[in-house]
Amino acid sequence: MAIVKNKKFLNGAHVPHHKNTNDSQTLPLPVPERVTILMLQHMGAVCEPLVKKGDSVFVGQKIGESSEKMSVPVHASCSGTVQDIISYTTPQGISCPAVVIDTDKLQTMDPSIHKPEIQSKEEFIAALRESGLVGLGGAGFPTFMKLNYPHPEKIQQLVINAAECEPYITADYRECLESTENIVRGIQAIRKYFPVEVFIGVESNKPKAIEVLDQATRTLDRVTVVELKSLYPQGAEKSIVYATTGKVIPQGSLPADCGVLVMNISSVGFIGKYLEDGIPLINKRLTVDGDCVTHPANLLVPIGTSIQDVLDYCQVPQDYVKVLMGGPMMGIAVSDTALPVVKNNNALTVFSEKGAKLPPETACIRCGRCISICPIHLMPAKLEKAYDNRNTELLQELCVDLCINCGCCSYICPARRHLAQKNQLAKSLLKQRQVKERKTNE
Amino acid sequence: MNKLLVSPSPHFFTRTDTSAIMFDVILALFPALIAGIVFFGPRALIVTLVCVVSCVAFEWLVRKIMKRSNTIGDYSAIVTGVLLAFNLPPAIPIWMAVLGSFFAIIIVKQLFGGIGQNFANPAITARIILLASFGTQMTTWSKPFGYQGGVDAVASATPLADLYWANPWDLFIGNVSGCIGEVSALALLLGGIYLSFRKVINPLVPLTFIGTVFVFTWMLGENPVNHILAGGLMLGAIFMATDYATTPPVLGGKLIFALGCGIITTLIRVFGNYPEGVSFAILLMNLLTPLIDRIPMVNPLGKRKKGGAA
Repeated sequence: MAIVKNKKFLNGAHVPHHKNTNDSQTLPLPVPERVTILMLQHMGAVCEPLVKKGDSVFVGQKIGESSEKMSVPVHASCSGTVQDIISYTTPQGISCPAVVIDTDKLQTMDPSIHKPEIQSKEEFIAALRESGLVGLGGAGFPTFMKLNYPHPEKIQQLVINAAECEPYITADYRECLESTENIVRGIQAIRKYFPVEVFIGVESNKPKAIEVLDQATRTLDRVTVVELKSLYPQGAEKSIVYATTGKVIPQGSLPADCGVLVMNISSVGFIGKYLEDGIPLINKRLTVDGDCVTHPANLLVPIGTSIQDVLDYCQVPQDYVKVLMGGPMMGIAVSDTALPVVKNNNALTVFSEKGAKLPPETACIRCGRCISICPIHLMPAKLEKAYDNRNTELLQELCVDLCINCGCCSYICPARRHLAQKNQLAKSLLKQRQVKERKTNE
Repeated sequence: MNKLLVSPSPHFFTRTDTSAIMFDVILALFPALIAGIVFFGPRALIVTLVCVVSCVAFEWLVRKIMKRSNTIGDYSAIVTGVLLAFNLPPAIPIWMAVLGSFFAIIIVKQLFGGIGQNFANPAITARIILLASFGTQMTTWSKPFGYQGGVDAVASATPLADLYWANPWDLFIGNVSGCIGEVSALALLLGGIYLSFRKVINPLVPLTFIGTVFVFTWMLGENPVNHILAGGLMLGAIFMATDYATTPPVLGGKLIFALGCGIITTLIRVFGNYPEGVSFAILLMNLLTPLIDRIPMVNPLGKRKKGGAA
């Protein structure tokens, strides 16, 4: 419909962009010798493996499923033989089974894969569950659960997140340029069952994506491309909902409670593609970059490929000391490059000793920068003290549970205080106390 | 295989650390230092260097004795030293300047926990202690350019004693008697503009402080232009009322702080026995800062009020 430049934004930090891979077209990673597919790649219940040692599997074959409501199935990304089923610990510290497949490099498709036939909203939601789709922006929330909201009539707006505010990452940007048709098809499919107004939020540092998306959606009614300020974290759920719709999501609520659905652009693109070919989520586009990466690239990686295989393919020099799943602001540092790529990965950021060096923590000088930068208007300096004193009452009063863990406070702190990290600890402390209190009350 | 470093996010940090901020403040103090040297001669430079060296030495020494980490690398002791010197008359005996540094760094700053923990501005408190202890030496003013005639310390009145008739242009460029760093409003404003531009200070704080003094002195029938140009107002408003440790961190609190400073300064100047009130005003407001901090001024987005609804 039109490009809109919005004026209302939540606060944030001017982080360096480092979008070195803007013009790197996505290359498919050659099928690795072995893939390790985790049975937990989403928010929710762990899947049970459906295959056993020695079974041969096809590409796209369902190999993990759960009877729990909050879960999505897992599919094989490569054809081959199940070498073993092992127990694995995710970087988040959760144990789950993993199916190890020795690949045959033939990439034989599962013959049962076909274009999904959808007649109703219920079938649409069921198909999305079968596709194994989770929110591809990072949190890994099962997408079908978003659409399965108990009061669908309340949902009026769909915010498509193409902000990509993290430094280095260009995976969503490449999605905009390379899968424009799929994105349009995805929007149309969702709108067939949810008559929503659509906002696509893109940061102003991606003019080409804004132009392409605007061109592609011009014929669609009630679709607006919103040009966001290039200010981290515009892609955070609360920030992008505020910037596009002006709505503030209250404590303890989902965006859907405010009538807003939020989806990552790559998720929408996947829906568009899945409805055409029926191939479930088995590949993921990854940006591989970082201060010691000499050949940064965007790669289409089979899920379950080890991080080491990806780094080797990119000829990353051996002197790296830190590897992040994700970007430098919110990425998770991994302890082992044998870890497999999961559905909600969108980047591998690799740092040399220089880039990984953590500045030493010094005393708070009360400058107030953490307070003025917080997108949610929290007081990180005060929260830190409250946490150090284990003052749960004050933590609650200061709303630490609203923290979105964007890391702006730690980024900006001149004394290098571990503010964002303390907020995370404070959140779990608060939760523990609340559970304890509930138990004693009962 | 490489040994990988694991740490929680974020993994990126801004370049501006504490020492970078302090360095900016030191740079911003340079125009006023140059003005001080121009008007009061090499003596101004000597006093400033003595204060800086003794502040840094005391900081190093006391941290050593207390078995704490060495903090002279954050440059905050240099800032304290320069600000203390700026609050002293050029003819002050050197040992008094050293004593002032002792009070500022050891008593006011380090005994309360060091950078960020002191509740009162070290330079201002040291100046007040010296003023209360050595009234004569602290109010013996040198004439501008007096050093060129070979006379170092000439007793002369500050413009504050006869504020109504002083020449505003002299006050603006600093061609008057006074403390080393406070005389030139022009030089201090240059520093303030630099700090605002570098986002080290919020210009609304000095503007509120100075504006309050202007409005109240004008309402009380004084000469408001001379009031804002004379004495320690520019120095206090730009460099001391904006000190991080001793003022509220939230903008609303900062403005209350600046307003309070302006009112107290005016009251002391117009009705008090002392000709100058800026130091006392800032110190009093420093003491009120913990109370101002208790006023809830930051509302988390999406906070639910007690009882349910958002």
